Amino acid sequence: MTDTLTPVLSANWGTESSWKLESYRASGGYQALAKALKMTPDEVTGVVKDSGLRGRGGAGFPTGMKWSFVPKDNPNPKYLVVNGDESEPGTCKDMPLLLASPHTLVEGMIISSYAIGCHTAFVYIRGEVLHIHRRVQAAVAEAYEAGLLGKDILGSGYDLDIIVHAGAGAYICGEETALLDSLEGRRGQPRLRPPFPAVAGLYASPTVINNVESISSVPSIIANGAEWFSSMGTEKSKGFTIYSLSGHVANPGQFEAPLGITLRELLDLAGGIRAGHELKFWTPGGSSTPILTAEHLDVPLDYEGMAGAGTMLGTKALQIFDETTSVVRTTLRWLEFYKHESCGKCTPCREGNWWLVQILRKIEAGTAEAGDVDKLLDVADNVGGKSFCALADGAVACVTSAVRHFRAEFEAGTTTPAWEAFPYERSALFATSESKEVRA
Amino acid sequence: MSVETKTEQAPAPVETVTLSIDGIEVTVPKGTLAIRAAEQIGIAIPRFCDHPLLDPAGACRQCLVEVPDAGNGRGFPKPQASCTLEVAAGMQINTQRTSEVAAKSQRGMLELLLINHPLDCPICDKGGECPLQNQALSSGGGESRYEGVKRTFPKPVPISAQILLDRERCVLCARCTRFSEQIAGDPFISLVERGALQQVGRYAEEPYDSYFSGNVVQICPVGALTSAAYRFQSRPFDLVSTDVTCEGCASGCQLRTDHRHGVIRRRLAANAPQINEEWNCDKGRFAFVSGRGDDRITTPMVRVDGELQPASWPEAIDAAVAGLSAAGRNVGVITGGRVTMEDGYAYAKFARAVLGTNNVDYRSRPYGADESAFLITEVAGRTLDAASTVTYSALEAAERVILVGFEPEEESPMVFLRLRKAVRKRGLTVVAIAPLLSNGNRKLNATVVATAPGGETAAITELELTSSDVILVGERAGLVSGALEAVVTKATAAGARFAWIPRRAAERGAIEAGCLPGLLPGARAVSNVAARVDVATHWGVDSLPPLEGLDAASMLAAAATGEIEALLIGGVELSDFADAEAARASVDAARFVISLETRHSEVTERADVVFPVSLLEEHSGTFMNWEHRTGRVNKVVRQTRAPMTDLRVLAALADAMEKPLGFRSEAQARAEFIELGTGEQRVELKALRPRSQPLRSSHGEQHEGVSAKLATWRMLLDGGRSQDGEPALAATAKPSVAKVNPAMAQQVGVSDGDVLEISNGDSWFRLPVQICKDMADATVWVPMNSPGTPLSELGVVYGDAVTVDHGGEE
Repeated sequence: MTDTLTPVLSANWGTESSWKLESYRASGGYQALAKALKMTPDEVTGVVKDSGLRGRGGAGFPTGMKWSFVPKDNPNPKYLVVNGDESEPGTCKDMPLLLASPHTLVEGMIISSYAIGCHTAFVYIRGEVLHIHRRVQAAVAEAYEAGLLGKDILGSGYDLDIIVHAGAGAYICGEETALLDSLEGRRGQPRLRPPFPAVAGLYASPTVINNVESISSVPSIIANGAEWFSSMGTEKSKGFTIYSLSGHVANPGQFEAPLGITLRELLDLAGGIRAGHELKFWTPGGSSTPILTAEHLDVPLDYEGMAGAGTMLGTKALQIFDETTSVVRTTLRWLEFYKHESCGKCTPCREGNWWLVQILRKIEAGTAEAGDVDKLLDVADNVGGKSFCALADGAVACVTSAVRHFRAEFEAGTTTPAWEAFPYERSALFATSESKEVRA
Repeated sequence: MSVETKTEQAPAPVETVTLSIDGIEVTVPKGTLAIRAAEQIGIAIPRFCDHPLLDPAGACRQCLVEVPDAGNGRGFPKPQASCTLEVAAGMQINTQRTSEVAAKSQRGMLELLLINHPLDCPICDKGGECPLQNQALSSGGGESRYEGVKRTFPKPVPISAQILLDRERCVLCARCTRFSEQIAGDPFISLVERGALQQVGRYAEEPYDSYFSGNVVQICPVGALTSAAYRFQSRPFDLVSTDVTCEGCASGCQLRTDHRHGVIRRRLAANAPQINEEWNCDKGRFAFVSGRGDDRITTPMVRVDGELQPASWPEAIDAAVAGLSAAGRNVGVITGGRVTMEDGYAYAKFARAVLGTNNVDYRSRPYGADESAFLITEVAGRTLDAASTVTYSALEAAERVILVGFEPEEESPMVFLRLRKAVRKRGLTVVAIAPLLSNGNRKLNATVVATAPGGETAAITELELTSSDVILVGERAGLVSGALEAVVTKATAAGARFAWIPRRAAERGAIEAGCLPGLLPGARAVSNVAARVDVATHWGVDSLPPLEGLDAASMLAAAATGEIEALLIGGVELSDFADAEAARASVDAARFVISLETRHSEVTERADVVFPVSLLEEHSGTFMNWEHRTGRVNKVVRQTRAPMTDLRVLAALADAMEKPLGFRSEAQARAEFIELGTGEQRVELKALRPRSQPLRSSHGEQHEGVSAKLATWRMLLDGGRSQDGEPALAATAKPSVAKVNPAMAQQVGVSDGDVLEISNGDSWFRLPVQICKDMADATVWVPMNSPGTPLSELGVVYGDAVTVDHGGEE
């Protein structure tokens, strides 16, 4: 089954000091940049457009098309902002990429900036992961020293500065307009659209915001061509991507494969569900994507396949839960996260998640009353699709999908605490202090 | 904009779009928000964060509607916030009236807003006029499904001395924070924390000391923001509301005054789109209790054996008439800044028709020699609708506004707000010819032409004007020789418009009423024979005194020498004159003094006869604002401790002197004044000779220190007596500081926080110093009438030479 893997972004992760410029160059790094600088910016955009690369942050918007929205006649400077605020529960793809090969991103940023006519690019990194922040800073410093950043890059006459910015620990700053506010020094709260960032983004100037993985995919596309890229993947979801498997799998980790691979195939690569257990439910792309069950093992993990199953590809963070897991408890944990991370700007997200957590706690504790599950669904309905940004939609997606698939488990909350139905220590992979004694 | 272009230019056609809301077609200007379009056809969509004068936020999500067709044949999959949704041609919108999706969204949102909202409506100030309460009834569900414990916070948090915050009531609509940032430009409050703990916060070091802070109480859609002044004072449904025009300054704000049991409880900004929009300043909102003190005069008083004794009305009138009759025509009439146009007209007529003198002046403030000619020729008789008139709307549409001797935020806060709106929305350019760049003008992105006092005339002359410029000239410019004339000359040559913006509410109306020694009512110059005949005929008197009378300061000087035998003074504080000590000496020296006053004052204690008159809230009348727009003052309180108005007292005196005034009520006076109308006879500025210099004592030899020109103006919140009795308001005033530029600071040897000593040669006062970069050389600025700045006691005014010296460490 190893044929299924297509290591491109992760190809050099195993080399000695892969994060160093020297090592990156030895494995062919920065050759795509030299090639790109000999092309016109429009040609570079054209190749990315033709490749069919779609945003790897979750929404799947075509990257090349996003670039072409930047108005050419706007007198303000143009900015590239790379979203490295990876905070979605279960998601772990950008951080390992930046840890192992930060120069892939730097090279991608230079090429992308060149394509959109930007001379100051930003990378916004989740603040809690200090080691990643340092590693990217070091890579950018190396690139400056080598003449890959700054004035007249590789003698092309093109100038670019990259600014590495650390966030202060807010999930909402992964929302692109909240990220821009945060980058400008304000509180991270989403902005009203229109105007869209392509027209008035960072400092009210045309701005392209892309995910780390999207930008990091650009050098390989330039180096190998659009056809090479689009030969991988499915009809509308081209190329390769990093899937991260976590939870009750034998060998969790990152798996770089063409879009359209199925969970069954990925589980085979990861050694299957942990020994002696079976799959109960899973998320395709982090906790914001509605959960799936064993019946979806063979649905292609691409944008269309997941939409067809009533969920989303998201960040391709596959969290795997086996039959020992309480779906009530899992949903509660996720909602506690969203409650904590709600920025507070709009009513449904701020108040709704606060309330949903309280209802879920009652269900978990077995003290729910008849009708509480319907109330849970109704409050979720009053939150979902009503909020200012997509955060609350993601929050209630796990509630509604969990009840859809496992309603009986929620209804049991009127009589039985979840920790009795699903003793928590059974689902733990490691020794845990959290047991029913502690909770009681 | 010149006169010609204004009339010739057709208004630009407004591009419109037609859409349907609940199946009803409506045509609105392009760019209209859906919530506004719905209002056009009478559909009210519930809302909290939406406010038509603030930028849309989309935060509360209460106004969700269903949009089955965005105008392109496709609908929005999710309900849309109608407060952020711009309409498009062919769009279909279904509100809660026709769409269950919209109705459920709104019910759900209200339920979410209420889960953490306390059920304290019975003790909440907002209860009874609360948008949350109202909309919970109109659009919410009947029962709460919430069973948990509501979120609580310690309460209340004072975000300033005046504004209190009860966080558990807050629905986080961000109206207050948006107001303070977008409208007032004082972003001292902001939303802090996140999620369910989000709350309105302030900087620990900087209270929300904004001149406009009271507006946030009014626009708060719940009872989260209250004022120290009104908190727990009344229930909205127990209040009786009256429309009034604010007496705080010449902006002309339309307000609503609420009283209960004859006591005013609060004042609110009324909706007056052409004037104050929906805002007002804290002075106008909170400074209304000064008449409530125990210094109120309720009975007439007559001086007997050197002591003022309570007297009956007939006794007091007899005593006054005796004193006035003895003085003959040698009487001076001085009215202050509080009288209505009708009262002013009564004083003007009383002086001319009863006393037979033109010695009448309303200017109880420093003024220059050439001011009265400017007022007579360039201000009197101007009307709101003339093409040359500058209005609030004209300011909003202007390309460039030049401020001369005028600080909008301190001296006319509504002009400030309108300028700021134009700066923010249209990129209006503001240029200030001023000694320094004030904080208020900084909020207007103004460029300062740093001009030492006295240099204004030259600075104006150097301006390059175009016909689209607007000059706003303040009353301080009248103290600078030639400045007013320079404004007229320059503006006329360029076809630019200008407006004179006085500080006090009564100023503009007093001019129209004829309370100037050279001006009869209706903008008729005394020097004009035909004008005198017109007015005399109208009044039914044989003739009017032909010679221009004495101005206020000259009257005081003449009283000191005995040339003027009697003074009739209404609504004047002696410390408002340029030289308080000289003014006191003059009134002391006057043989006979009549005072019409609401409260004991430096005039009443020197008077021979004192008549109690009603407070403004106790009578009706008219003010004219700087735009020449009239605004009505309606009687708020009917049970009053002093029912006689100035006008009624003057009519009684006239009756007793057997020269009846011809009116006894405000309505009669107004009818007569309107019938008299505005004179046709225009006067040229050049034809008027400058008046004598104001009364001033001479000062001693130069004190030790560095010589400087004195720059000064009144702060909006200061030591003025009309602001008495409201400590929470006073606590939000700016602290008194002296400002000098770095060169001056170096010369004197002071740095920020040191104490500066300001002296007129004889006496001195000290203030902490603040070094100001954008400031003219050899100039010191101090507030005019704030605590610790006794300028009139020193007898110095704007432009005078003073000496400054190091006053030691703070």
